[in-house]
Amino acid sequence: MKFRIYRYNPETDAQPSMRDYELDIEAGDKMLLDALLLIKEQDDSLSLRKSCREGVCGSDAMNINGRNGLACITPLSALKQPIELRPLPGLPVIRDLIVDMTQFFKQYHSIKPYLVNNDPPPETERLQSPAERKELDGLYECILCACCTTACPSFWWNPDKFVGPAGLLQAYRFLADTRDHATSERLDNLEDPYRLFRCHTIMNCVDVCPKGLNPTEAIGKIKDLMVKRTV
Amino acid sequence: MVDRIVTGAHYGLRDWLFQRVTAVVVAAYTLFMAGYVVLHPNLDYNMWTGLFSSQVMRSFSLLFLLAVYVHAWVGVRDVVMDYVKPAGLRLAIYVVVILALLLYVIWSVIILWSL
Repeated sequence: MKFRIYRYNPETDAQPSMRDYELDIEAGDKMLLDALLLIKEQDDSLSLRKSCREGVCGSDAMNINGRNGLACITPLSALKQPIELRPLPGLPVIRDLIVDMTQFFKQYHSIKPYLVNNDPPPETERLQSPAERKELDGLYECILCACCTTACPSFWWNPDKFVGPAGLLQAYRFLADTRDHATSERLDNLEDPYRLFRCHTIMNCVDVCPKGLNPTEAIGKIKDLMVKRTV
Repeated sequence: MVDRIVTGAHYGLRDWLFQRVTAVVVAAYTLFMAGYVVLHPNLDYNMWTGLFSSQVMRSFSLLFLLAVYVHAWVGVRDVVMDYVKPAGLRLAIYVVVILALLLYVIWSVIILWSL
């Protein structure tokens, strides 16, 4: 199988370049990450992040044949050769397929991704009805792999100001939580031409999310809440 | 001076909503016009000026044009926000666009009421 992989070591290379690799393997039911680890046996200078190798940790997000995804849950058989691998777009490259996620997490932290509830903690858990709990489905599953945010042109143009699809999905996850008491503050925090309204419903985020989540829908619901509290 | 990133202008909802509402007005006018042209295959100059001689039609047309200008303002501002980085240049472009749109409003009134 043929691979073309983006290689860049800022300490030694003047410019990034694409390097070709070949593996004598059958696709079978192997995942892309399996192939990458075999390539790494050939050339141990290739750098990439990985951890759980089953689509839960979100470490091995990369641009696979032009589309963001997780290498560990992308079947080799589904990919056209040569398989072209690049780091996630729109973030600074640290080395090869490893990007600097600082900006991504800065935006994530800016939406206060935790429950805000100043009531004294009850004896038991803060209970929710099944219907209230159901509101969080499709929101809490996000693994923060950054596939969506780095596929979003609005994030490419304004990574320092636009929260991005992952951050906004998480923002709605807490807006949708009946145990959270900071709805108004959260909406205030987002009501901004850059932080929220850079979303032009391009929907690249929905297209690439490896967990099948829908940030565009969540962003729409944030706007709905804003309209509801205004009109 | 270090260029600090500032956000939190606390607006945007109204513009976003305006763009949706004006889109409905533009769609309604476009459908009406398309319907009118389809229902009058032998449209001539007299019928056309006749249509625009009523105050209702002139007002509807002005409403449509105002909707287009508001819609365009939000759209153009969005494009400028995405691509133009220096704040001073952004402001300058906004001013030019707003002045042009105001001019179009005056121009639209003159055209519609001189038909």
